[in-house]
Amino acid sequence: MSSTAAANTAESAGNRMRYRANRHVKERVIELVLMLSALVAVFTTLGIVYVLVKESLVFFRAVPLWDFLSDSQWTPLFTDAHFGIGVLLSGTLTSSAIALAVAIPLGTVIAVYLSEFASDRVREIWKPVLELLAGVPTIVFGYFALFFVTPLLQRFIPGLPGFNLLSAGLVMGVMIVPYISSISEDAMRAVPMALREGSYAMGATRLQTALRVVVPAAFSGIAAAYILGISRAVGETMIVAVAAGMQPNLTLDPTQPAATITAYIVQVAKGDLPHGSLGYQTIFAAGLTLFMVTLIFNLLGFWLRRRYREVY
Amino acid sequence: MSSKLPKPDLATLPKKAEARDLNFFYGQFQALKNINLPIHDRRVTALIGPSGCGKSTFLRCFNRMHDLYRGNRYEGEIRFHPDNINLLGADIDPIEVRMRLSMVFQKPNPFPKSIYENVAYGLRVRGVKKRSIIDEKVEEALTGAALWNEVKDRLHEQANNLSGGQQQRMCIARALASDPELLLFDEPTSALDPIATASIEDLIHQLKDKVTILIVTHNMQQAARVSDFTAYMYLGDLIEFGWTDDVFFSPTNKQTEDYITGRFG
Amino acid sequence: MKTLTAPVREQMRASIAAQKRRELLFSAMGFAALFLMFVTFVALFIDMIGSGFDRLNLDFFTHFASRRAEQAGILAAWVGSFTVMLVTAFVAVPIGVGAGIYLEEYAPANKLTAIIEININNLAGVPSIVYGLLALGMFVHTLGLGASVLTAGLTLALLILPIVIVSTREAIRSIPGMIREAAYALGATRWQVVRHHVLPYSLPGILTGVIIGLSRAIGETAPIVTIGAVTFIAFLPESPISGSPPFVSFDWLMSPFTAMPIQIFNWTSRPEAAFQQNASAAALVLVAMTLMMNALAIWLRFRLRRNLKW
Repeated sequence: MSSTAAANTAESAGNRMRYRANRHVKERVIELVLMLSALVAVFTTLGIVYVLVKESLVFFRAVPLWDFLSDSQWTPLFTDAHFGIGVLLSGTLTSSAIALAVAIPLGTVIAVYLSEFASDRVREIWKPVLELLAGVPTIVFGYFALFFVTPLLQRFIPGLPGFNLLSAGLVMGVMIVPYISSISEDAMRAVPMALREGSYAMGATRLQTALRVVVPAAFSGIAAAYILGISRAVGETMIVAVAAGMQPNLTLDPTQPAATITAYIVQVAKGDLPHGSLGYQTIFAAGLTLFMVTLIFNLLGFWLRRRYREVY
Repeated sequence: MSSKLPKPDLATLPKKAEARDLNFFYGQFQALKNINLPIHDRRVTALIGPSGCGKSTFLRCFNRMHDLYRGNRYEGEIRFHPDNINLLGADIDPIEVRMRLSMVFQKPNPFPKSIYENVAYGLRVRGVKKRSIIDEKVEEALTGAALWNEVKDRLHEQANNLSGGQQQRMCIARALASDPELLLFDEPTSALDPIATASIEDLIHQLKDKVTILIVTHNMQQAARVSDFTAYMYLGDLIEFGWTDDVFFSPTNKQTEDYITGRFG
Repeated sequence: MKTLTAPVREQMRASIAAQKRRELLFSAMGFAALFLMFVTFVALFIDMIGSGFDRLNLDFFTHFASRRAEQAGILAAWVGSFTVMLVTAFVAVPIGVGAGIYLEEYAPANKLTAIIEININNLAGVPSIVYGLLALGMFVHTLGLGASVLTAGLTLALLILPIVIVSTREAIRSIPGMIREAAYALGATRWQVVRHHVLPYSLPGILTGVIIGLSRAIGETAPIVTIGAVTFIAFLPESPISGSPPFVSFDWLMSPFTAMPIQIFNWTSRPEAAFQQNASAAALVLVAMTLMMNALAIWLRFRLRRNLKW
């Protein structure tokens, strides 16, 4: 009995070892595959930087960087070509400023209201409604700005052109509200009840508690929400392409039509520019500018979150 | 405490507050059953009992914290002197109540602000703007909470940087800064180490000459050390109330005796 | 200690009353802000329905675009959107879920992991049109895929990858550690723990994220315009299944295409009122599609929250 038992044990030990080796290899392969999926994010960033920089380098060989930054005209497709990105930036800046002037106050008030004032019932109804609003495609908002908001504004502002930054900016602001309100509200709801109770116990009202304790405690989350809003506004394409026109125009006047960086890229890409022409490369230079601007805001948001990470 | 001296008659002692036929409900669940309890002026009253007995619930009735959540209901009254108002009355604004009473919580809950702003919070909420008044009150409150010497050079640092015991003393300073008539302590040392606990207990001793104190504690030695009166609660009922040494050394109720001698709870 | 004299109490009451007025004012502001959002939403719908509802008939769905507004339809557009979404889902789901699993269950706390996380965060904030430029430079020209269904699908997959990854991670994170420990204690390997426990339990959460990602992708216009999607197309991609060997064909992947948002954009930029009506009708269809997907996701999450009992 003892000899067979020993043989059995030996055999099963061998099996077990082989099984363990197989298992080990399989586990390693799976881990590697999963890691490669995660690395796709890194490759995407590298790809973006590579494409933008490669094409922009060709562009900047033909157009000096200084001209790009300082020229007050943007006429890349004319015979007398000028490449002043400031012209497109002015459109981006103006439309974004209008959008944020709408989205930051509205989004913040809604977030504070839903987080600190509204009953659970009211919150459970409104949060999904706002999420649905955030799900409306931007091309539809663009259509809405051009065919509904602009005619409406023209009643109050006589002589307002059919394409203008104001209407595009306002609608863009409404589009961004749900992003800001939802992230800010999450940040405020994460503030522990003990802090609120501490404030209420001192005789504070809801509003005092909200503004003096909850908002400062949730500051990093709210700041991140604002920065996401800025990033969205700067990078938003279809609303401005449809409603603000595609005319490069160095202006900060919201009642004017003006192309943004994004609208310009759409305009050129829609046309049939030959691959490799200077006109084709302008969109990469414009894209690189856009990428840098949003990158700066993203990094700022990242830094803010680090710096003001809540310690409860 | 001072068992050598003859004890004054309870009926002649001035009262700061008094619960009368107090019932409290969390939705359908009755957490307090017909509580009648006096809170004597400028004395320390301790509430003891096993967890779930309703002692914290009772404490939180005084400053109407239950009003913050839906489905809570009070019956009966808490009379508050000298003006003999009912703290639970429908005509009394909970905010007004909370401006007259202060509370110190189980875990230190400093606001994410500087030490100075934490202590000044009650004044700011009351609309006090004058810098000199606030400065003075902050120093007075921090001194009262035995924290001034430790923090006077770093008043504008974040309160979160303080140690747990310091945070809790700062929360006491925050509660003192608005001159409360009654100070509520909800197990104030349960999150603290023994040394920090001792310093809070010392503080309670010093404060009781100036302000009436009601303290919930799960630690019977603490009740014996700091309080003049003790109330024992069990499952929402007030079982026994009296001078602390009477309750501890000659309880009239069997349940109280079992709890105090550690046979139960 | 303060003694409460009558004037002190009056002063206190006055100050409380003033604070309450402010509070009321703020409540009114909050309600007004929500109401404004709601009114905008309603105006958007009423405007679209008013202008486009008449065009919504069967012909609209079964006709190609046309020079004559009354005969134009969205056949090529919805088929294009559908095929592009197929590619997007096929690419984004395995990669996104894989990346989420890696970061939650496998990744060591080292530099590489930190770099991956920063990248995902950053990608979530990159404007969609920049993905279009990436695709134009990389997929269209360098890899020679052209302005095809495959290019568009890959582009949108990269775009929604952060959404899928983040929702996968959140879903996985909500599974208590003790479940994993129980499985490990029985001798399960890491992958077995993932396959038998982590994945099944987090599936509804992952699904929610995937749906939200796809609904975002289906409405995206800028990246597909940038890669040069054709705006006027009068044929459908090759059928993936045929009657003769080899029966299955992948030619449709390389087919030129148009999509719903492109079609709307195109009609919006036409001056004639009749084309604007078409744009309204198509926008109505697109919004209905995205809202249904979003509503499904919200409902899924709601159910999930209710059923979750750890």
